[in-house]
Amino acid sequence: MKTNLYNYILELADNCLIAGQRLGELCGHGPSLETDIACTNISLDLFGQTRSYFQYAADIKGEGATEDSIAFLRYEQEYKNVLLVEQPNRDFAFTMARQYLYDVFHLLLLEKLQFSQDITLSAIAKKSIKEASYHVRFTGDWIKRLGDGTEESHEKMQAAINDLWTYTNELFEVTEDAKIMVAEGIGVDVSTLKEAYYEKVSALLEEATLTIPESKYFQKGGKSGIHTEHMGYLLADMQYMQRAYPNMKW
Amino acid sequence: MSEAQQNTNGAERSLSLEEIFEQRIANDEKIEPKDWMPEKYRKTHIRQISQHAHSEIVGMLPEGNWITRAPSLRRKVALLAKVQDEAGHGLYLYSACETLGISREELYEQLHSGKAKYSSIFNYPTITWADMGAIGWLVDGAAIINQVPLCNTSYGPYARAMIRVCKEESFHQRQGFEIMMTLCNGTEVQKQMAQDALNRWWWPALMMLGPTDDVSVHTEQSMKWKLKRKTNDELRQQFIDQTVPQADILGLTVPDPDLKWNEETGHYDFGEIDWDEFWQVVKGHGPCNKERMNARVGAWERGTWVRDAAMAYAEKQQNKKENQAKAV
Repeated sequence: MKTNLYNYILELADNCLIAGQRLGELCGHGPSLETDIACTNISLDLFGQTRSYFQYAADIKGEGATEDSIAFLRYEQEYKNVLLVEQPNRDFAFTMARQYLYDVFHLLLLEKLQFSQDITLSAIAKKSIKEASYHVRFTGDWIKRLGDGTEESHEKMQAAINDLWTYTNELFEVTEDAKIMVAEGIGVDVSTLKEAYYEKVSALLEEATLTIPESKYFQKGGKSGIHTEHMGYLLADMQYMQRAYPNMKW
Repeated sequence: MSEAQQNTNGAERSLSLEEIFEQRIANDEKIEPKDWMPEKYRKTHIRQISQHAHSEIVGMLPEGNWITRAPSLRRKVALLAKVQDEAGHGLYLYSACETLGISREELYEQLHSGKAKYSSIFNYPTITWADMGAIGWLVDGAAIINQVPLCNTSYGPYARAMIRVCKEESFHQRQGFEIMMTLCNGTEVQKQMAQDALNRWWWPALMMLGPTDDVSVHTEQSMKWKLKRKTNDELRQQFIDQTVPQADILGLTVPDPDLKWNEETGHYDFGEIDWDEFWQVVKGHGPCNKERMNARVGAWERGTWVRDAAMAYAEKQQNKKENQAKAV
């Protein structure tokens, strides 16, 4: 099995899976019908991408692996998503901030991944770029609305950005698997996206009258499977059926 | 012209408007938002369309309950898309309702205060994955039977909204049946899960077709305005006749010992519906009435600052534009 490629795909896909799962929690509970529909759309796009990645990963893995065994039957430390996307939906500002901080990265990543030497990854990236462009536009608009809306919304959005900022740096960590994939022309060197990322995010935060956090203290660990306390609950929920009723078709 | 004559003429005019209106409905013409309509027609339509819209958005909750726990990625995506469709139905039904001169805020207020009703079926809990199948199969199945005739109803915006709603609902129903089929072809535990869901949803689904004809208060007027084409009892019989053979295909037992095919009538005879339970749930005392209302009111209240911010931002942007225009 091409272990490095397999691990690299999980690194890409787990972010989509966990971000999609978090947005899915909100379905039916949004601040308006329109935002509800839009958040569900984003969640659907992310799960769609997850499935493409996992179907490819299952082929590589063989041994009867399926998109579902990969999605639902791993232990917590085998999930490679960044800590950012697993953070809970504390309020609408927090949800939009979390999603935006991921979306900017996601689009930059896909724009590079489309040139991957791996034709499957390249095809997934090409298809996903359109979706991610919409995501970043939608969440970016909400950062502006809430940042430059009322005093209350400004405070809430600033608090969300301040809290989530600590998780942004991990997006640019290059794992050992990714290094090998970059060398083979398959993977994207995410460290090269950092400058563009902070430039884009800072410009939007400024437009939204928000203060760019100055903290130099960052958290990481997700990519190597060391997650925050929130992750176990998310997985307990997500894996419930597969764990309670193993080896069945649904 | 004397004042008395004027009054008489006025009365004649309004009488003829109503006559023309009734004539148009009898000719199957559509009534559009700007057309003259009797106040009672307007009110009845606001009541029914908003009740329908509320049912869509409250109906998102019992199914939304299983999105995070769906057993496979394919099912998760299908369920998310289904619940999103319901939000979409809510959106165009609210819009259709707004054409009758009422705002979405007022409609929400009526829902949140308990003044407006929504379909009672959504006050039942979804406690296993099989409930996602049973809701699609039975609840959407009963909804379609209620709704297909509305594609030809007299009020244009409602009829057009219903054409789209019905197309999507029939897709949902097939999807629900397919979930049940997968369970019934599965392990013993899965079959039991499917049977248990049918046991819990069968009777509430029959109640969805409304009270029996002898106690239904709106039927006569609604038939005249084509808001209804068949009576509740006729629709219920149609649902049972259509669904029992489907249960047979699944290999499930309909939880009604009195259910049997009647050669003479060409229909299934069925047992007594527990109308006390129906009225208990309608009056707010079902298993999940409070949870559903708390979820809706909670989402709305938690969203207040978000909606206020969006308004404030839009206003600031507008002012900026105007100031820029002035500067030029």
